[in-house]
Amino acid sequence: MKRSWVFWLPVAVTIAMFATFLVALVRPSDRTIESQLVGHALPAFEAPAAMPDQPGTNSRDYADGKPRLLNVFASWCGPCVAEIPVLLQLQAMGVEINGVAIHDKPEDLSRFFAENGNPYARVGLDQGGRAQIAFGSAGVPETFIIDGKGRVVGQHIGVITEADIPDILAKLKGS
Amino acid sequence: MRRFLIAATLCLAQPAFGQDYAEESLPDVNQETQAVALMDTLRCVVCQGQPISGSNADLARDMRRLVRERIAAGESPETVRAWLVSRYGQWVSLKPEVNELTAPLWLIPLIALGGAGLLYSRRFKRKKK
Repeated sequence: MKRSWVFWLPVAVTIAMFATFLVALVRPSDRTIESQLVGHALPAFEAPAAMPDQPGTNSRDYADGKPRLLNVFASWCGPCVAEIPVLLQLQAMGVEINGVAIHDKPEDLSRFFAENGNPYARVGLDQGGRAQIAFGSAGVPETFIIDGKGRVVGQHIGVITEADIPDILAKLKGS
Repeated sequence: MRRFLIAATLCLAQPAFGQDYAEESLPDVNQETQAVALMDTLRCVVCQGQPISGSNADLARDMRRLVRERIAAGESPETVRAWLVSRYGQWVSLKPEVNELTAPLWLIPLIALGGAGLLYSRRFKRKKK
């Protein structure tokens, strides 16, 4: 007697199940946590001046018609050092970059800027991670692309390399 | 001027009244219970495998402080959770929820059980004949 399809159904389901497990095991998992703010207005935040000769930054600085970058960084963060030359390059291209330093101290930041250069128009100190959490940022460095209306149009997680420049410029221009 | 700025910044960095709600309990026991229950079901976005209640990451500390402050200000735990989800996405919440994305997880066992029941009942009926 020919076995009905019902007999093979559990077999097929089991094979499908193990195939799913196998795919999930082999495929490298992506654990990047993206901010949900992309497409939304930059949330209210307050990051008072970190340097004596540079203003701090807050949410009211971003709806003046000029698109810019908001870089979340820290002087204690190794990868942030690697990113500075690229940020300086962007600055030379006329991109305005504001920095929010996470868990940082003014004296550490002065040393950091003396050693690596300062690509920022404004540098604010984040108080107790409040701005970072408000941005939905999970680490440093992270960069938000803000349009002239103060809306977040993009998020770059991790170090910005030279290869990322065209994409960032396009997003700034498109905003 | 510079010294003054540094001193002022350091003053600002100090938590009010020497209390840091990242580590210290709220004075109201009821609110503290709510806050701890919420912290147990929020994922640390740095370490990812831990709730913020059990993590030493700076960001987890900052989140604990935020949770306690918001609960102390009278917000409900679910409002605070929703606020964090609006920043980091559903992934930040460790609370199992039934929604259109997780519905299959809850329904598959029921469907499988129902299907198995159906197959067996048919088989037993055939044997009786």
